[in-house]
Amino acid sequence: MLEVSDLACARGEHQLFANLSFALSAGELLQVQGENGSGKTTLLRTLCGFIQPLAGEIRWQGQNIRELDEEYRADLIYLGHLNAIKDELNALENLRISCALSGSAVSDSAAISALRRMGLRGRETFPVKVLSQGQRRRVALARLLISKAPLWILDEPLTALDVGAVGLMQDLIAEHLNNQGMVIFTTHQALDVSGVETRRLALS
Amino acid sequence: MSKLSLLSLLGLVISRDLTLAMRRRADVLTTLIFFVLVVSLFPLAVGTEMDMLRKMAPGVVWVAALLASMLSLGRMFSADYLDGTLEQMLLVPQSLSMLVLGKIVAHWMLSGLPLVLIAPVLGLQFDMSGEALLVLVVALLIGTPVLSMIGAFGAALTLGLRGGGVLVSLLVLPLCIPVLIFGAGAVTAVTSGVSPASNLSLLGAFLLMSLLFTPWVSAQALRISME
Repeated sequence: MLEVSDLACARGEHQLFANLSFALSAGELLQVQGENGSGKTTLLRTLCGFIQPLAGEIRWQGQNIRELDEEYRADLIYLGHLNAIKDELNALENLRISCALSGSAVSDSAAISALRRMGLRGRETFPVKVLSQGQRRRVALARLLISKAPLWILDEPLTALDVGAVGLMQDLIAEHLNNQGMVIFTTHQALDVSGVETRRLALS
Repeated sequence: MSKLSLLSLLGLVISRDLTLAMRRRADVLTTLIFFVLVVSLFPLAVGTEMDMLRKMAPGVVWVAALLASMLSLGRMFSADYLDGTLEQMLLVPQSLSMLVLGKIVAHWMLSGLPLVLIAPVLGLQFDMSGEALLVLVVALLIGTPVLSMIGAFGAALTLGLRGGGVLVSLLVLPLCIPVLIFGAGAVTAVTSGVSPASNLSLLGAFLLMSLLFTPWVSAQALRISME
């Protein structure tokens, strides 16, 4: 369970939000809403531990994430605006390296089947630089299929994805929530996960 | 959740960076060619007076090595920073210092080690004796990893800043002066008939000190730069 209490964050001199409190339990889906510049990405990056909040506390399973440190990071998967894939490597190498770094060593066959499920059949060994934006995003999202981390933090996961891939993402999130996972995400597109009520958090 | 052992994390980061460099060989060659060119310019400019060349050889090679290692510092973290992989690296459920050490080792293998290997050939242009060449190689072998480690700290601190390339040189060059003095001093000592042991020991001490501190300090600097 993720608990946030009285969180305040600022970028430079400008305070983005204050007194933000919420809790997220297993199987719950939280959408962070707000205009451009309202602090959605800052909130997600703070939850990941990149940014030190001005005030307030973030607790994971009852303990402060600063104290948990490596244990918390092992339970977390973050997907930012950037795809975090290397142009020089192919899709398979990218997936294998990013999974190995996050601690879940993956076999070739598992990686290939994850990429195929993401709709990249036949593109597994193409250098990523020849893929389109949407296909790169799919390579980045394939990590979600391999990782066993319970907490997903997704910043605009649907950018550049086509309708089919958006449907696939909805299925993935639904599966993850069924397995007692948690998802926090931001999006400006419609994302309807069947059978789950999306909780909304508005930043102003 | 299964975690990597620290050593396999180190191995993974090194092999990743080496693979990436092999797909982009031009970057590695630039450093090496720069080093060769700078060192070769001196005999051409100064003239062929053997005594003078022999005297200035250690200094010239060391200064060129220092400048060449500055040249490649910008690449150590910036490519990973720009495509977001560095962000994911900060989330690795492992010691970030170890990961940074892996990147430093890979950086040294790509920018320091080639200089060490080519240095004896360049030394011949200055008519250095066999003994002096040997000491030069040993000194570079101990000293260049220190340059990479101090450089990593500078590169981490200036990450994402505009004009970071120049700034990193201004930050790092003064810190590298001791390495330069004792590295060149070792070769000068052997050519003037004194044992280079004290100079090399001091270089070794610098290596151990920076091995102990710089990965951790660079990791902290990375966290600050990513905020």
